[in-house]
Amino acid sequence: MSALDTEEPLLVADGLTKYYGRQLGCRDASFELYEGEVMAVVGESGSGKSTLLQLLSGQIEPTSGRVLYRMRDGAATDLWSMSEPMRRFLYRTDWGFVHQDPQRGLRMGVSAGGNVGERLMAVGWRNYADIRGVATDWLGRVEIPEDRIDDTPRTYSGGMRQRLQIARNLVTSPRLIFMDEPTGGLDVSVQARLLDLLRRIVSEMRLAAIVVTHDLAVARLLSNRIMVMKGGTVIESGLTDQVLDDPHEPYTQLLVSSILPA
Amino acid sequence: MTAPAYNFAYLDEQTKRMIRRAILKAIAIPGYQVPFASREMPMPYGWGTGGVQVTAAILGPNDVLKVIDQGSDDTTNAVSIRKFFVKTAGVKTTTTTTEATVIQTRHRIPETPLGDHQVLVYQVPIPEPLRFLEPRETETRRMHALSEYGLMHVKLYEDISRHGHIATAYAYPVKVDDRYVMDPSPIPKFDNPKMNDCPALQLFGAGREKRIYAIPPYTQVVSLDFEDHPFEPYRHDASCELCGATDSYLDEVITDDRGTRMFVCSDTDYCGTRRAMGHGTAAEDTEAAHDDR
Ligand SMILES: Nc1ncnc2c1ncn2[C@@H]1O[C@H](COP(=O)(O)OP(=O)(O)OP(=O)(O)O)[C@@H](O)[C@H]1O
Ligand SMILES: [Mg+2]
Repeated sequence: MSALDTEEPLLVADGLTKYYGRQLGCRDASFELYEGEVMAVVGESGSGKSTLLQLLSGQIEPTSGRVLYRMRDGAATDLWSMSEPMRRFLYRTDWGFVHQDPQRGLRMGVSAGGNVGERLMAVGWRNYADIRGVATDWLGRVEIPEDRIDDTPRTYSGGMRQRLQIARNLVTSPRLIFMDEPTGGLDVSVQARLLDLLRRIVSEMRLAAIVVTHDLAVARLLSNRIMVMKGGTVIESGLTDQVLDDPHEPYTQLLVSSILPA
Repeated sequence: MTAPAYNFAYLDEQTKRMIRRAILKAIAIPGYQVPFASREMPMPYGWGTGGVQVTAAILGPNDVLKVIDQGSDDTTNAVSIRKFFVKTAGVKTTTTTTEATVIQTRHRIPETPLGDHQVLVYQVPIPEPLRFLEPRETETRRMHALSEYGLMHVKLYEDISRHGHIATAYAYPVKVDDRYVMDPSPIPKFDNPKMNDCPALQLFGAGREKRIYAIPPYTQVVSLDFEDHPFEPYRHDASCELCGATDSYLDEVITDDRGTRMFVCSDTDYCGTRRAMGHGTAAEDTEAAHDDR
């Protein structure tokens, strides 16, 4: 909580490289992410965005390089020197992961309340009324009507499912949230509402976030910093406005002028 | 050479040794599901081939076997399994709980408290308590390994949100020895407390799913619940119309074609023993009914 703490990065990527056999997924990605900072990762299909996100969130092990995460006690810890239970615990408490496909991020057969409450129960909450109270509160925060708490996400629209996914992830007050195309596949008006909500919550909770997106408008709206990937490599990075307004790399210039299908 | 058609208790010694190894491992890790190479038995899976294989592996010539199905010794299923072991092992059988050394059961635990000279063998259809919410076997195994059991409470949460209370009445999940969450097979939750600190060895066999698990004698078994929705064993608020028992698990049976119902003990041996001791007179019935909450 001291000033010194917050000067340390929350997450450090150091030479992250992943090969799928001989196929390159992502090469030599290095950057730092600070508390409350939102980083966008953009690039064409197959450029390595999801690979990078999975490396950062400890879902796949890097071929080389490492990820350091500053734990709540302040110690920067290498993800892969941690025990598996510790990594999974981190994933369920201090982190969130919002998938493009809500079916991957939700339990479709479980009520909205159960979906939001799961993380609380996983960390030992054993009072039904308390769990339900917090779930109700979170549904309100993501603009889902309270009376839908006992319905399963099967009965929800695409936008509601995404908002439910967000509530389910944020209920443990994580410090870092990973999002892979959170607005992909949604109607434009639904996207706008979701982005609005995300922006508000991220700033209210001072969340750090890494957002993978095809959509430069999403990057512009949500992120402070941006990384542009091509062929598995980060080719340009910097403050979002600067990179998008004044791109240096020819590829980024094409991307921004939307000549390339991003 | 005139070899018998089959070995003692049907299974060959090699198979029995394999099953015993699985049983020993199961006893060493209470509540943990041990895979075993389940064999074809001369009966359908629904008949409890997992339980039958466990019984076959532990049975000795001096054992006295009791087989119950939903508390009763004389359903087709119970009679067939008993006959099977009479024929293949020549063991003595009984319907009296106290006389038995091995009791194979489907869906009930006897009312008469078990002793440390007894083994209770459960027939299990679905051994994995987490399957309801997580169908991936690799994931449920990891959850057990890491004691990640939040999902079990999600199941109970769903119950309460739908029904206002924990409506799970059978196969109510338990935590064994403060470590593994276990499905006790489809016994009524009324029976759950009997598993706790039980002097008898409890063995569980799932034939189709090829799993064996165990609760060693005197092991802590706790039914999962919430602070504000504590576990409650359920029984019909009535007494047995045959023996007057107010403490036993009751079945509701229809006695004629006009839909007349009555409550009777599901454990036929318990009921019969009480009646033989003179319980179940009209006077006691009313007295018992008054005792009832
Ligand atoms: N599991 C895998 N096995 C083999 N190759 C993979 C695997 N996952 C990704 N790749 C390859 O790694 C490269 C980067 O893929 P990645 O999924 O990270 O790209 P992306 O930027 O997320 O693409 P998209 O925008 O289409 O989601 C691609 O060449 C892809 O084919
Ligand atoms: Mg991707």
